[in-house]
Formats: sequence, C-alpha cells, structure tokens
Amino acid sequence: MTNQISIHTDKLTKKFGDFTAVDAITFDVYKGEIFGFLGANGAGKTTAMRMLTGLSKPTSGKAIVAGYDVYSHPEEVKKRIGYMSQKFSLYTDLKVKENIEFYGGIYGLTKSEIKIESDRLLERLGFADEANTMVSELPLGWKQKLAFSISLIHKPDIVFLDEPTGGVDPVTRRQFWQMIYEAADEGYTIFVTTHYMDEAEYCHRVAIMVDGKIKAIGTPTELKTEYKADNMDSVFYQLARNAIRSDN
Amino acid sequence: MHQFIAFVRKEVYHILRDRKTLLVLIGMPIIQIILFGFAMSNEVKNTTVYVLDQSKDNLSQKLIEEVNASRYFDIIGTLDDTNQPDEVLRSGKAKLALIIPPSFSSDLQHGNDATIQLITDGSNPNLAATINTYIAAITRDFRNNNLGEFKLPYTINIAVRMLYNPQLKGAYTFVPGVIAMVLMIICVLMTSVSIVKEKELGNMEMLLVSPTNPLVVIISKAVPYFILSLIIISIILIMSTYILNIPIRGSILLLYAVASIFIIAALSLGLVISTLTNSQQVAMMISLMGMMLPTIMFGGFMFPIENMPLPLQFISNIVPAKWFYYCINDIMIKGLGWKAVWQEVTILLGFAILFITISFKKFDIRLT
Repeated sequence: MTNQISIHTDKLTKKFGDFTAVDAITFDVYKGEIFGFLGANGAGKTTAMRMLTGLSKPTSGKAIVAGYDVYSHPEEVKKRIGYMSQKFSLYTDLKVKENIEFYGGIYGLTKSEIKIESDRLLERLGFADEANTMVSELPLGWKQKLAFSISLIHKPDIVFLDEPTGGVDPVTRRQFWQMIYEAADEGYTIFVTTHYMDEAEYCHRVAIMVDGKIKAIGTPTELKTEYKADNMDSVFYQLARNAIRSDN
Repeated sequence: MHQFIAFVRKEVYHILRDRKTLLVLIGMPIIQIILFGFAMSNEVKNTTVYVLDQSKDNLSQKLIEEVNASRYFDIIGTLDDTNQPDEVLRSGKAKLALIIPPSFSSDLQHGNDATIQLITDGSNPNLAATINTYIAAITRDFRNNNLGEFKLPYTINIAVRMLYNPQLKGAYTFVPGVIAMVLMIICVLMTSVSIVKEKELGNMEMLLVSPTNPLVVIISKAVPYFILSLIIISIILIMSTYILNIPIRGSILLLYAVASIFIIAALSLGLVISTLTNSQQVAMMISLMGMMLPTIMFGGFMFPIENMPLPLQFISNIVPAKWFYYCINDIMIKGLGWKAVWQEVTILLGFAILFITISFKKFDIRLT
C-alpha cells in the first residue's frame, strides 16, 4: 500500500427521480489497497460502483479513477480498470482459451500478447489442462477464479469486483480471497463490494454504506474499536439497524 | 481492429455452437421452399369427379374422355341416378359431379344449344370456382373441336397470355416470399435475442466497462448474421432454380444488393428491439408478433395487398418486407432491372437508415 490515490470521490451523488440512491459520498482509495464496500441490498453500493466504472452518470459530484475524471474522460478510465460482476461475466458456450482470447482482444492486446498472458494465466490457475474445456463445464468456483484472472488480463490499475463470491462455498471463497491478496501485493488496487461480513475482515479498509450514505470508513480494527465490537458483523449491525432501506 | 476481430470471432462461436438454432435457421427455409413449392399450390390438380351420363352416346362419351384426359380431373366413377351426385359430394368422394342430360346430343346437333350441369363442393369457394373455370375451358375446346367454328354475329375472343409466370405456378410468388420471411426471422429475431441474452447474463456490463466502442459491439453482432443471411439466400436461390425450376431472370448482383439493404434494415430493427427490453422472452415476442406477423400479413406474398381495405393498404407501406418482396419479385420473376426497382430500393434504404439511426442513438455507452 502506498499513499498514491487510485480512486477519489467528492460528494458523488446519484438520483433516480426523487430517490437518492447514492448521497454525496466522499472517499479515497489508495494504490495497492483492498477497499471493501459494504452495505445491505439497496444501500447503494452497486450504483456507486456503476458510477465509478462509467456505467452510470453521476447526478452531481466528482469521481477521479486512475487519475482521470470518470465523467469527462470515461475512455481513459476504461482502459485502466478491470471489472468482474456478481452476475457471471464469462461466456459459457466458449472454451476457457476462447474467453481469454476474447477479453484480451477487446482490451486491445495483440495476438502475441494474448498468447503470453493466456499461458501465464492458465499456468497460475493450474488450468493448463482445461484450456479447451467449455466454461459451462467448469465448477462455479473455478469460473470465478478465471473471471477474476481475466479481469486483470490487461494489467489495469484498479479492479472492481461486484459481489464476486456470491453463491460460492466457504473454501472456494478463501481461495478466491487468496488471489485478491496476491493481486494487491502485485500493486493492483482492489475495490470490492460484498455483503459477507467475514469478507470485510479481509479488506485493508472498508466503507459501510447505509441508505446511500457512507456511515463509517476505516480499517476493520479501527471500526471494531470505535463501535466496541468483536467482529464486523456487529459493527455493521449497529450501523444498519436504523436503515430505512433494507430487505428486512 | 483487434477488438472487432475478437468480437466477430466470438459471435461466430456463439452461432456455430448453438447447433439446434443453426439447424432451424438453415432447415427452415429448405423445408419452406419444399412445402411452398410442392405442397402449397393454388393449382387444382387431380380433382375427383363422378359422372352421370344420361345421354350415353358418342358426343357425351367424347366430352367425358376429354375431361378425364385433362390433368386437372380424375374421373373415379359413374353414377346412374340423379340422387347419387348429392351422396358422393357429401361423403367427400368427389369434388365435382358432372351431369350430362339425356337430350345433350340432340340439343347440340339440332338446337345448337345444349346444357350440362356441374355440381361442385362449394365448401371451399376458391376451389369450386377454379374447377368451374377449368371445366368451362374444356367444354369450349370440345365444342370447337367437334362442331367447328361457330359463326356468331358478334364475338369477342379473348387471347390470354400470362406474362412472367405462364403456367401460373404458385412457387413463383412463394420463393420471394420465403426469402423475405426467412431474412426477417434471422435478422430481427436472432440479433435482438442474441444482444438481449448478453444483457440478461450480465455480459453486457462487462463489455460496456471495457474500452470497446459500443459501435464495435453492435457492428460485430451484425456481421455474422449478415453473412449467414447471404448464405441462406443462396441456398434458397439454388433450390428454387434447380428443384422448383424457377429461373432467376434478372441480375443476380442486383438481387444480392437489394437483399443486403434489406438485411441491414432488418438487422438494425433487431438492434432497436434489443434496446427496448432486457428479457430474451420479450425480445422474442416482439420480434415474432411485431415483425413476423406484419411480414406475413402485409408482405404481399400471402394476401394480395390490392384487395385489402384502404387503411390496411396504408399500413402495409410501413412494412419493409413488402417493398423487399416487390423488388425481389421484379428482379427474380419479371427479370426487371434497376430502373424498375429504384423506388422500392430507395424506400428500403430509408428504412435501413432510420433503424440504424434509432439503434445507434438508443444503444448508449452508459446504461443509465
């Protein structure tokens, strides 16, 4: 982790009519940091992420991602970010190798670059034998590891992970987080949304969103001390208890 | 360029891997051509006939033979009672009962004026009318052959020549129709469904987060279907030439050029539909009900537009398939050239530009 800022937002706001999905959030994420974005469903974390990745226009406020304003220079931002969504983003009717080639291709890698990256990626994942397997035949955990690796294929500054471990068993989740740590060690900035509180413990810093606002931000240890809690679950409960927008 | 190639390759994989859909796409026109070419025809062939010959002489026998000799009629039995025609028609054994009265020959020879009676199954009015026309023609020939030319005081002879399709083969209208319909299905339905599928599975977000220009996404979706459409047109044309014996009279180049414009219009229409919905089912429904139905209704190859009430004729003008059908008909069947079809081509071009504009506008780089 360094003091170099990867993501900076200033009163970033998104309104849908009268409804304020994201309400003037301001925060910084540093290079090489694993930044967790926590919140119940409907708290606004997906909307916030969509604004940071250029999928959604902010109503007001500013977001600087990888050194560029998302609103005025979306193309520069897009080259420097990777993305993996909760909805599975690989093509199941394509082979593992073909998926890698495709995503390499859309990020403008040349044929030889794709070849090198693809071999390295498969080796790292231990998927060398699966290069010609249809993605539909892979177990879910494998698919997610592959999707994560592919989101790094163009060596972005920042990777956005939208609830990446949804529906995965605890063992695979741990392995997945191992990969996230390795990526952060290599200098990638990781911005991850989740509603698993145990995953929040793995993050370097977390922001907790309630009703479109950031209610707390800090390292898991800081937050636990501040809220006199044993774990993040309890911190989250204290903050989200009074939420207007929630599933419960 | 790397992006574009990567995209097109991916689309080709999608199409080739989905064997069932591919089989349907290629099988459908083949089956339709065979069906329309052989089974569905407006011609009336081998109509079953019962004869009640009360005259029983040379002349009546000759008439019956001439009817039987025609490929349109098969005499399958004779009757001997005036009540029987009713029975054979009701039981469905015959479509036509031909009754020659006892005085047929004598009336013809002495009075120059004889009557025969036709009882037809009117439950299918078109069929009955066609049968009557055929019999009338046979009896006219019979009269001329056997009794010599009549010298009536005033006669108007109608010399009929059916241009372009002298045998009045049904397939002549259906082949261009099948081309229009199949292109509509492949281009509109397949494009809209394949794009909406990406949205439904969440892949579209991944693509929009990438630096890919949305135009590249759109165009690379369209290219494989464009090529597939041209392949299918070629299959239809080859089948119609060699199996149905319908020659392509006009310029093949012009035919493909017009088809390309129509394909582009249809592909962009599919894109427009894909921007309206996020569900594959809805996209399919809109494409089928909203596009296929008007194509069949107002395309001009199933129901003649000239016979429709004015408001419907007006509506038919906004159906691109109608203009395409007119073009293909002119080029393929009539063998006309650019001068004859430029108006239709211009209208198709207008549709294409309109749909392209709408789809590019709506397919925004940001989702919300």
